[in-house]
Amino acid sequence: MVTLIERTDSDLPDDVCDALARACEREPEGTVARETLRIILESAALSRNSVLPICQDTGSILAIVRAEPTKRVFDIERALREGLRHLTKKGMLRQNCVDPLTGENTGDNLGEHVPQIHFIPTPAPATVSLMLKGGGSENMSAQYSLPDSGLDAGRDLDGVRRCILDALFRAQGKGCAPGIVGVCIGGDRASGYLLAKEMLFRRLDEPNPVHDLELLEERVVEEANGLGIGPMGLGGRSTLLGARIGLAGRHPACFFVTVAYSCWATRRMTAELDEEGRIARWL
Amino acid sequence: MAVKKITSPLSPDVSRGLRTGDAVLLSGRVVTARDQVHKYLAAGGASPVDLKGLVVYHCGPVAIQENGIWVVRAAGPTTSMREEPYEAKVIRDHRPGAIMGKGGMGDATRDALRTEGCAYLHLTGGAASYIARTIVSVEEVYLTGFGQPEAMWVLQVEDLPALVTMDSRGDSLHRKIENSSWKVLKQILKNPFP
Repeated sequence: MVTLIERTDSDLPDDVCDALARACEREPEGTVARETLRIILESAALSRNSVLPICQDTGSILAIVRAEPTKRVFDIERALREGLRHLTKKGMLRQNCVDPLTGENTGDNLGEHVPQIHFIPTPAPATVSLMLKGGGSENMSAQYSLPDSGLDAGRDLDGVRRCILDALFRAQGKGCAPGIVGVCIGGDRASGYLLAKEMLFRRLDEPNPVHDLELLEERVVEEANGLGIGPMGLGGRSTLLGARIGLAGRHPACFFVTVAYSCWATRRMTAELDEEGRIARWL
Repeated sequence: MAVKKITSPLSPDVSRGLRTGDAVLLSGRVVTARDQVHKYLAAGGASPVDLKGLVVYHCGPVAIQENGIWVVRAAGPTTSMREEPYEAKVIRDHRPGAIMGKGGMGDATRDALRTEGCAYLHLTGGAASYIARTIVSVEEVYLTGFGQPEAMWVLQVEDLPALVTMDSRGDSLHRKIENSSWKVLKQILKNPFP
């Protein structure tokens, strides 16, 4: 589990790196946008090669465990908690858990409901998906309830598009653009945020299984990049690396659109575990 | 891009002379202050370090002690806008040479930068290893009761690349980009999907 956390923390996924490299190529020579992306790529390579945190904000921790409902699940949970404590001490993770009442930092990334571990009963083999999501980008996430007259957003895909573009406009550079958005259409207030975040596990080079959503993803990325917000909000052609949109059944009275904004340093890895709980392969 | 070399503490002339769009290489003493330190200073708490002329950095580093010496492993900027409710007072009370972070700040800070002759330096968010390489040493760490990320770290940096995005004339690149992107957004939304 230590390997999974450490790799997620230091090794930016290849699809994200590829998208950043393409974004860098798109920006003209001598611009702030190109220089910013060059620094980003250099910093990510440095973190990978030296096994250092990609960002000093090593994020809040979300783990999704898919495994058979046996006692082994407790072993996975224990290993995760021990791994977090160990890597915090080692300087791979920042102390990112604060008691909201006393303001005290727990010092080891463990606390009430921290880390977040979601268990989904699934036939073997077991997999663990881990996301370390920075607080700055988390602050830029948003949930909309349609219809929204302020945005002129109705209960259709154009309404969804308006919500996503509104979230991106509001974020400007504050969520560390060029980012990625995970979007959930439907669900309730709680599931919407979780599913929107889960969308961020989808690789950027994977097509959306729903054709209409794929068209919307492409449209939103193109329009977002036309806004001119650019890397870190300093201007340029690269505002959004990708949009990953998914669906959840909704209550007839509710139509939520939840946008999970993730910074360029989108840190997520999934590993398949063997019978002993060791990493069998990376997914 | 021509690059200006500046050293913290910055003289009032240097701070006042920084212009939005200037690329700088910063060396010298930098002091971190984020949410809890800003709240504390704005409430009138005493600063353990005289901030006059220094660069105040919105950052919560990852650091460990090796043989009694602090080593900073990752130290990129945090979102500056969260300090907006406090920054103007901190600037007026403590007269730093520059504020440094990411994402830019709002009107209250912009006014304080103008009246106090200060500037805002922007760093690339998330480029934590790259930035940590420019940190030569940790001089001291104060206010540790706020937790390690929120403590006040006094750092020595060398040739840290930054961009001036707000200046003492009231210019703000962030304001400019927000306005221009708003205009584009209005145009884009005229064509519905699909």
